[in-house]
Amino acid sequence: MSAGDDGLLVVRDLVAGYGAAPVLHAVDLTVPAGTIAAVVGANGAGKTTLLRTLSGMLRPSAGRILLDGEDLGGTPVEQLVRRGMAHVPEGRGVIGELTVDENLRLGGLWRRDRADAGRALDEVYQLFEPLARRRRHHGHQLSGGERQMLALGRALIGRPRLLLLDEPSLGLAPRVVARTMALLRQLRDDTGLTVLLVEQNVRSALGIADQGVVMSLGRVVTTRPAAELRDDADLRHAYLGF
Amino acid sequence: MDRFVFLTLDGLSRGAVYAAFALALVLIWRAARVVNFAQGAMAVAAAYVAYSVSAATGSYWLGFLAALAAGLLLGAVVDRVVMRHVDHASPLNPVIVALGLVLLIQAVLGMVYGSEFRPAPAPFSRSALTVGGLALLSPYDLFVFATVGVVVGALAWVFARTAVGLRMRAAAFAPEVSRLLGVNVGGMLTLGWALASSVGALAAMLVIPTELGLHPHAMDLVFVSAFTAAVVGGLDSPPGAVVGGLVVGLLLSYVSGYAGSDLTPLAVLVLLLAVLLVRPGGLFATVAARRV
Repeated sequence: MSAGDDGLLVVRDLVAGYGAAPVLHAVDLTVPAGTIAAVVGANGAGKTTLLRTLSGMLRPSAGRILLDGEDLGGTPVEQLVRRGMAHVPEGRGVIGELTVDENLRLGGLWRRDRADAGRALDEVYQLFEPLARRRRHHGHQLSGGERQMLALGRALIGRPRLLLLDEPSLGLAPRVVARTMALLRQLRDDTGLTVLLVEQNVRSALGIADQGVVMSLGRVVTTRPAAELRDDADLRHAYLGF
Repeated sequence: MDRFVFLTLDGLSRGAVYAAFALALVLIWRAARVVNFAQGAMAVAAAYVAYSVSAATGSYWLGFLAALAAGLLLGAVVDRVVMRHVDHASPLNPVIVALGLVLLIQAVLGMVYGSEFRPAPAPFSRSALTVGGLALLSPYDLFVFATVGVVVGALAWVFARTAVGLRMRAAAFAPEVSRLLGVNVGGMLTLGWALASSVGALAAMLVIPTELGLHPHAMDLVFVSAFTAAVVGGLDSPPGAVVGGLVVGLLLSYVSGYAGSDLTPLAVLVLLLAVLLVRPGGLFATVAARRV
């Protein structure tokens, strides 16, 4: 893992936090293109801080973030989507005051290729049939599962290369979580989407991930093939406590 | 009955101006969570620009357009140079800074133009047309209605139907998420200030000819009425601002007509208090009551 910088996303020695005390201590991470990486770990491990730093909402105090070999240092948040990075934040970020259709169109407004933005919108409506029936409904009228679809769909309209997802399973019924995870796997297999997934729901996340990244107290304590973490009881016990 | 009809029409005409001015307040509140107490002074400054341009060119309409342009520019400058740098942690900070801007703008206007009243001509006759002995609206009133109607309609269309309107709404409701979706939130904020300030300038251009004339303090009382209108409608609601403006216009017209014009400032304050006590979020509120 340490030698090759050949991932779509490469993070080296990343230090970031709020105020003086860093939350992330020298985080290293490599996510190869077309794979799913699941970042797991206890509350307060720095998982959300990692995503917020990757998408530019939080400025790192040291370290490098490379997307497809390009250094993202200092890129304003609103430019990152143009570099192919989509971040679905904690709580999903559905704008309740806007309609489903407006939320989705917002995801494609930055795109120069208007025709393809339109095609992407149609595809999302095909992918998430319930959204198509609720186009004119406001975001705050949707169920948790529908919000999940809306947030994912809105990110997909930008046709991202890298999708950052913060706790997609939070507050969702197990059935909906399973559907979401299956969809992520399908997107990886069909479109080559790269996903960095932060999850408390370790079993679900490792169930679809190629790579498991265990964080604790702001450090990456181990990076393993997801199947290994999932199936090896000793490893699981040592790093994840169950 | 004749008097009632006259007072109603007159109240609606003034109310249309309050509606426009309240709408400007609502636009900035929604975009920046700031009650722009400097809006009256900013609008007067734009009206003085119109005065200078009209004096130089002899054209009312060039002055009118200059006021709208000056409003756009002044709004953008106030956002970029002043408000952007104010710490919004306490809602009181931007209020204090806005009050400071009022003093600054009024002092500069006083220095440049003096503090006497300057004549502000109306582009159309202000004498009411009479139908069957009943005094109705003047051509100027019709101009006011048409202008405010066009502006309200245009703003509603921009916000509801255009990409930039969608960006502006998204940036106002959820700045962080909007940035993640590629929206230039800072730019949308500046655009909001510019648009609002231009609408404020328009309201000043419409109302000043109906008062004593142009003066650095010409919009002070209008501001109080429009602020009341915005609170009545709910600071978050553009339709509320329009309805609130018309309600305040009618109230002032009836009070002034039936009880004497001395009582109108009191009536505005009573209405403001009543709304804040009974329904602090405003009649059209959809969110929790504000703190300012």
